[in-house]
Amino acid sequence: MKLSEAWLREWVNPELSTADLVEQITMAGLEVDGVEAVAGEFSGVVVGEILTREQHPDADKLSVCMVKGDGAEPVQVICGAPNARAGIKIPYATIGAVLPPGADGKPFKIKKAKLRGIESFGMLCAQAELKLGDGNDGIWELPEDAPVGTCVREYLQLNDSSIEIDLTPNRSDCLSIKGVARDVGVLNRLAVNEPEIAAVAPSIDDTFPVALNAGEACSRYAGRVIRNVDVAKPTPLWMQERLRRADIRSIDAVVDITNYVLLELGQPMHAFDLSTLNGSVQARMAEQGEKLTLLDGQDIELNADTMVIADDSRAVAMAGIMGGEATAVTAETKDIFLESAFFDPIAIAGRARSYGLHTDSSHRFERGVDYQLQETAIERATQLLLDIVGGEAGPIGVVENEYKPVDREVSLRRARINSGLGFDMDDDTVIDILIRLGLSLQRSDDEGWTFAVPSYRFDISIEADLLEELARVYGYNNLPVTSMSVPMLIESDDEAAIGLSSLHQVLVNRGYQEAITYSFVEPKLQEMFDKQHQAVALSNPISADMAVMRTTLWPGLVKALQYNQNRQQSRVRLFETGQRFLPEAGGLIQDQVIAGAVYGSRQPEGWAEKQQPIDFFDVKADIEALLAVGGSAAEYRFEPAKHDVLHPGQCARIERNGSVIGFMGALHPSLLAQLGVSGPVFLFELKLADIETGVLPNFEELSKFPETRRDLALIVDESVPVATLLDIVKQQGGEWLKNTTLFDVYQGEGIDNGKKSLALGLTWQHPSRTLTDEEVNDVVESIVSNMQSSCGAMLRG
Amino acid sequence: MENLDLLLAQGKAAAEQAEDANSLDQVRVQYLGKKGELTQLLKGLGKLSAEERPKAGALINEAKQELQQLINERKESIANQALNAKLAAETIDVTLPGRGQENGGLHPVTRTLNRIEKIFSVVGYKVEQGPEIEDNYHNFDALNIPPHHPARAMHDTFYIGDEHVLRTHTSPVQVRTMESQEPPIYIICPGRVYRCDSDLTHTPMFHQVEGLVIDKNVSFADLKGTIVQFLRAFFEDESLEVRFRPSFFPFTEPSAEFDIAWASSKTGWLEVGGCGMVHPNVLTASGVDPEKYTGFAFGLGVERLAMLRYGVNDLRMFFENDLKFLKQFA
Repeated sequence: MKLSEAWLREWVNPELSTADLVEQITMAGLEVDGVEAVAGEFSGVVVGEILTREQHPDADKLSVCMVKGDGAEPVQVICGAPNARAGIKIPYATIGAVLPPGADGKPFKIKKAKLRGIESFGMLCAQAELKLGDGNDGIWELPEDAPVGTCVREYLQLNDSSIEIDLTPNRSDCLSIKGVARDVGVLNRLAVNEPEIAAVAPSIDDTFPVALNAGEACSRYAGRVIRNVDVAKPTPLWMQERLRRADIRSIDAVVDITNYVLLELGQPMHAFDLSTLNGSVQARMAEQGEKLTLLDGQDIELNADTMVIADDSRAVAMAGIMGGEATAVTAETKDIFLESAFFDPIAIAGRARSYGLHTDSSHRFERGVDYQLQETAIERATQLLLDIVGGEAGPIGVVENEYKPVDREVSLRRARINSGLGFDMDDDTVIDILIRLGLSLQRSDDEGWTFAVPSYRFDISIEADLLEELARVYGYNNLPVTSMSVPMLIESDDEAAIGLSSLHQVLVNRGYQEAITYSFVEPKLQEMFDKQHQAVALSNPISADMAVMRTTLWPGLVKALQYNQNRQQSRVRLFETGQRFLPEAGGLIQDQVIAGAVYGSRQPEGWAEKQQPIDFFDVKADIEALLAVGGSAAEYRFEPAKHDVLHPGQCARIERNGSVIGFMGALHPSLLAQLGVSGPVFLFELKLADIETGVLPNFEELSKFPETRRDLALIVDESVPVATLLDIVKQQGGEWLKNTTLFDVYQGEGIDNGKKSLALGLTWQHPSRTLTDEEVNDVVESIVSNMQSSCGAMLRG
Repeated sequence: MENLDLLLAQGKAAAEQAEDANSLDQVRVQYLGKKGELTQLLKGLGKLSAEERPKAGALINEAKQELQQLINERKESIANQALNAKLAAETIDVTLPGRGQENGGLHPVTRTLNRIEKIFSVVGYKVEQGPEIEDNYHNFDALNIPPHHPARAMHDTFYIGDEHVLRTHTSPVQVRTMESQEPPIYIICPGRVYRCDSDLTHTPMFHQVEGLVIDKNVSFADLKGTIVQFLRAFFEDESLEVRFRPSFFPFTEPSAEFDIAWASSKTGWLEVGGCGMVHPNVLTASGVDPEKYTGFAFGLGVERLAMLRYGVNDLRMFFENDLKFLKQFA
C-alpha cells in the first residue's frame, strides 16, 4: 500500500524525519518497500493566469498569451496548447525555472526565447511536464481559486513523500491511513487526531431494500440513497493529489470519493447508479455460469463459489471485488446508491485471483475489513459527496444477519511474557501498549489480564498474538538475546552408516563435479529416458520445459553435460544426488539416488599419455570405488542387463545381495543422436538408501605360513561372463583360498574365433600349517573340471 | 727384490688408470693375485738368506697392502662415479605436472549446506529429511495455513492434482518430525523447495535449511541468540550485526524476519531468513502440548547465503551447471 506522508502526519505527527519514521514502522512489522518524492524536481513554477490570448501571426498552432504570474506586470508567453485561453489558471514556469528532466535525463531550464519572431518569457506547463500526472494534451488547468503568483510546489504541497508499505497478510488493519496512524501513535505514544466524522442528517426519506442471502459470506450491509448529485463537478485537487500519491487514478468525483474513504478508513465501498437497479439488491452466491460485465468492460462467467450483489433481475457486482458496468455511475447519473458492507474473508479469498483479478477492494476484504466500520465509512463518504457533488442523502439502512462476527476476548498470563519473550515487562507498559492498540481491558487477576480484541484486528485471537504485539511495540531488537544450553547427551553412533559426504568425496576425488539440476523436466525428454513410468505432472508448470517430475536424474544430467559440450568442454564428469519421483502401482516412490554422467577422455589432457576415450570399465571402477566405501564391496554384483536408455551390449544391472540397486552403462547411440549429444556418454544411477550401510571391520589372525599360488590359463566361449568362472572359483576354491586375480583377458591370434583366453591367479594360505601340493592340486582340479562341465572352459595347452 | 719398488710403482699407476671395475680387477690379479707379480716376489724369498728373509718379506707385504688399499679406494671411487652417472641419467623435470585424475568438486549449494549442517550438528541438532512432493496437510494445514488463506497465495505453489504440492518450504519435515518424535527436538531440515516464480532473483527450485527446537522454556530470546550465533559463525564475523523485524508466518507467533548488516546493500541491511516461536496450533496439530512445551523455528535461504559468502552475483548460475562456474568452488 502506498500513502502520502503528509496525509499520515495530519493524523499523527511524531517528531521524526521521514527516514526515521520509515525505519520505525519497518521495525514494527510494517515493512517499507520504498519512499519516493511525490513530484519531480522542479522550481520557479508559479500559479499563473492567462489574461489575454491572441493568435500568433506566423504560426497556426501557437498563441501569444499575456500571463500574470509572480511579477507585478503581466508577461508575454508563447504557448502551443490548444486549451490556452483567457481566464484560466495554469502552472507558469518563469524565466530561470528548472523543470524535471525529460527523455535526455537533464533538467530543463527555462530561458527567454523567440518563437517565430515573437519573444516568450517562460512556459505554460502540462501536468506531465511537471511529472504530476499523465495529463499531456494541453496545459494543466488549475482550479479557479488557485492563488496567482503562489509557488506551485507550495500550492500543491509537493514537499511530500509517497511511502510504500509491504504489509503482511495478517495486518489488514493497516491497509488505511487510519490503521497506519494508529500503529505510529502506539510506537510514539502519541494520540491520533482523527478527522471528525459527523453523522449526516438525512434530508430525504428514500431507502433501497437490501437482503442478505449468502449466509456468513455477507453478514452486514449498509446502504444509502443520495439523490441529485452533480457528477460533472470535478474532484477537488487536494483529493486528486492524495489519490495520486497512493497510485490511485482519478476517475470522477463519486468514484474518487469512495476510493478516498477506502484509503482513509480502510472500508471498500461501491456506488451504484440508483436508476439502473431493479427493485432491490441482495447478496447471494452466483449461479454457475451466470454472466456479468465488470466495470473494466470484462465479460465474466461466474462460478457458484463467488458471491454477487444482485438486483431483482441480475448480478450487478462481484461482491467485494468489482462492480458491474451496467449499474456504474456515469456522466448521466443523478441518484446513487452507496454500498458499505462487510464480506467474510473466507468468502472472498482466492476468488478475485480465480478470475485473474486483484483490486484494492478484494485485497482488503480477503484479509479482513473492520466489521464495525460500515456506518462510519458511509457517513464519511456522504459528507464528502455532499460537499463535492451535492445532493440529498437518505437515511442509512443497515442489514445484518446472525453471522456477524462476535467480539473476541484474549487472556494474557504475566508468566508467559517471561517464558515466551525471555524478560519481564512491567504491568503498566503491557496495559499501555495493548490499550493504545485498541484492545480494552476486561478483567485482571493475579495471573494476568483479559482483553477485548478490536473489530479490526483479525490477527489477534490467542495469547501468543498478544506476546507478539508486546514484542513488536517494545522492539524486537530491544528484546534480550540468550545462549541456549543443551544437555551434553552422548548418543550411540552407527559406525557402519556411510555419510553422503563420504560418497560425494569418492566421486570428487575421481574427478567428478557435482551438479544440481531441476527436479522438473521437459515431458518429451523425460519420456525419452523412461518409457515405463508416466511421470508425475505439475498442474501449473512454470514453463513447458519444466512440466513433469523426473523419474531418473539422467535427463537433467545429460542436459547439463550437453550444456557444457556446447561450451567447448571436451571432458565432462558430473554427478548429482537428489530425489526421483517414481509412480509405481503401490503409490508414488520418492527416493534419493546418486547418479552420474561421464564424457570425454580418461585422463585430463596432459603430457604423460595419449588421450584415451573413457570406456565402461573406467566408470565401473568409479562405481566400485563408491561401493567399496563401507567395506562391503563383496555384497555387490554387476550383471549383464538390458535398459531402454543404455547400449544393449554395455549395460549392467547392479545388485546388492540379490536386490537391484541401480544401473550403469553407455547411453544408447540412438539416444545420443536424437539429443545431439557427442558420445560415448556413460551413465549410472544408484539408490542411495541401498549403499549407505557398510560393515564393521572384523579382524582375522595373520597366518605365518607360506602362500601357494597357481595360475590357470583358460580358453572359454567369449559369451561366458567372467563372473561365472569367478563364482566357480569361489565355490570350489575351499576355505583357504585367499585371493583370486584375473590378470589377463585375450582374444585374437592364436585363439579360435568366438573364444577368449583368461588367466587367473589363485592364492591359498592356511592359518596354522603349510598346505601340501596335493591338497592344492586337488582343489585346482575340481575347479577346472567344474568350469569344464558347466561352461566348457578348457585349460590352455 | 730389487724391482719391488718398480713393481709397486707400476701397480699403483695401473690402478690409478683403471677406468672401471673390470680393468681394476685385472690390475689386482696382475699384481696381487696368486700368480701376481708381487705375489711372485714372495715366492722368490727362498733364495734369500735366513737373515734377509723376514725383512724382505715384510717389505713385500707392505707393498702388497699399499697396493691393495689403493685398489680399494679406486674401486670405491669408480663405484661412486658409476652411481653418479646413473643418477645423472635418471634425472627428470620435476616441474612437469603429475599424472592422473584431477579432483572435481562439490556444488556451492552443497558446500553451503554442509557448512550449515556442521555448525548446527556440533551443538546437537539432528538432520531430518522428507519428501518433496507433499500432501496439502503437511505443507499447509498442519502449519496453520487453511485453504484460501492469503498466505497460500503468497507461496506461489506448484500443484500436483488436488491433494499434493511440491513443498514450498521444508517445514513439512518439521511437522513429520513432531508427529514421530517426542520433545525435546533439535533438528535442521535441509533440502530442495519449490515456488512458481522465475526472474532475476527467483528460481522455481531452491534450497532451504529450516531449524526447529521444541523443549521446555524455550523463549524468543533463545531464538534470537541461536540466529545471531549461527550467522556470526557462518560468516566468521563475531561482530556481524543482525536485526529482527516483525513479520508474519501462519506457523509462528511471534514471527520475525532477520537481516544482516551488509555494506553494499541500498538500505545497509540484507534479509537472510525468517523465524518465530512455533504457533500453538502447529504444536497441537502435531501432538505436542503447547502448555508443556514451546519452541522456535527458523528458515534460511541457502542460495542467498552462498551468494553472500562467495560473492556470486547471479542466482540462476546455480542451476546452469556450467563447469566454469562449478569448478570455482572446489
